Amino acid sequence: MRYAYYPGCSLEATGRPYQDSVTEVAKALDIELVELEDWNCCGATAYMSINEVLSFSLSARNLCQAKKIGDTLVTACSACYTNLRKTETYLADFPEIKSKVDASLAEAGIRYEGGITTKHFLQTIVEDVGLEKVKSHVRKPLTGLRVAPYYGCQIARPYGIEDDTDNPTMMDKLLTILGATPTEYPMKTVCCGGSLMGIQKDVALRLCRNILLCAQQGGAQCVAVTCPLCQMNLDAFQSSINKAYGTNFNLPIVYFTQLMGMAFGSNSKSLGLNQCIVPATTVMATYAS
Amino acid sequence: MTGVQETVIYEKAMDLNFLDEVYHIPGGEKIKDCIQCGTCSGSCPVSWAMEQTPRQIFAMVRAGMRDKVLDSTTIWTCASCYQCMNRCPQEIKITDIMYMLKRMAMRENRKRSKNAAALSKAFFDIVNKKGRNHETSLMFKVVMSTDPLGGVSLAPVGWGLISHNRLPIFGKKVRDIDGLQKIVAKAQELGGE
Repeated sequence: MRYAYYPGCSLEATGRPYQDSVTEVAKALDIELVELEDWNCCGATAYMSINEVLSFSLSARNLCQAKKIGDTLVTACSACYTNLRKTETYLADFPEIKSKVDASLAEAGIRYEGGITTKHFLQTIVEDVGLEKVKSHVRKPLTGLRVAPYYGCQIARPYGIEDDTDNPTMMDKLLTILGATPTEYPMKTVCCGGSLMGIQKDVALRLCRNILLCAQQGGAQCVAVTCPLCQMNLDAFQSSINKAYGTNFNLPIVYFTQLMGMAFGSNSKSLGLNQCIVPATTVMATYAS
Repeated sequence: MTGVQETVIYEKAMDLNFLDEVYHIPGGEKIKDCIQCGTCSGSCPVSWAMEQTPRQIFAMVRAGMRDKVLDSTTIWTCASCYQCMNRCPQEIKITDIMYMLKRMAMRENRKRSKNAAALSKAFFDIVNKKGRNHETSLMFKVVMSTDPLGGVSLAPVGWGLISHNRLPIFGKKVRDIDGLQKIVAKAQELGGE
């Protein structure tokens, strides 16, 4: 399997462990991820608040770079994923937007022709590779590990994966195949606050507190995530949450790809598990054996 | 203020052009179909922190209350999680309309948009210069431009990321930055709405 691949800016910094574990998992499953040449930032949520045409133009440039490689573009960041999917949709549905984006891209001699489908890496694993094949690679099943499947908001929304938008099960099925037990988790798709952590911290801290509390009440030993921003908010700010709410959460926040890697027998360092701020290696070492 | 007085002020403050501006964006006309059912407010994870709930904002938009809408902190509390848009029985692009209201407020330099504008502007400056976001610079710039003293409380978070090798000092740059900047300049010119 060969795909165009868009890492996005976070996967080069705060989400570095996500990138490392995606690479490990792709290698194990024989998925060839060809990184887009000279890709640019997707604009996240900030650009959409400044200028819509600009936001779509940024993603359209990436889609054009992808077309040079193939018809399917894979990304692991939920925010990048939403922007790319939204851009595909708007450029197909609204000619007035498309003509402005076309004119902007023309300045750099680029032409958007469409015909690209963007997939989240979770979809690639579950829909394209298939759970049976994943199962055949499990060497160290995560038997007994209770994981809260936190999908986050953007992956399950109008521009998101085709799954139940309120109760997606794609990751639950994957976790089960790995031998882990997905816990009862009603907050699967409730937002973590995203970039509100930078501008309305109290609001974001409360959202994250609720997400952790719900995971704890469901008996989870860790939370599995699909988005680098969710990971950062829940992991790097967990001590701030404990301070603000007098709680004592100690829940590792791990990417679903890190759990896959552990089950496949990769070592925890190559999966970046030692880069979790709330330590994850002990829990993982206990179960992936 | 009594209810009647409030109504009088509201009517005086009505700006029907505002409605036209909203209808003008792709999919914006769907707002006419709003039945004020409140599904958006009930679904919103942050409605408790908002000055007006999303349902109220949409009623205010339709009543032409331009200033009150654009000066409301509600539009900035929206985290763009799309849950309202997912569930809206009338298929109104609620989150996308919220984005449009943010753009209008930012363009008009509305006072209460200051922090969010600082974040967006810091982000924009970095990406326009390098083509990619450098999270380390972004965090630093946002703290310095919004709350330099309060930023001290963020030091442990920053240190956590740095000590776990997750905040690189240098960011990467797009090679064809000239081309990208040309795209940005043109899109800015065309996207003035």
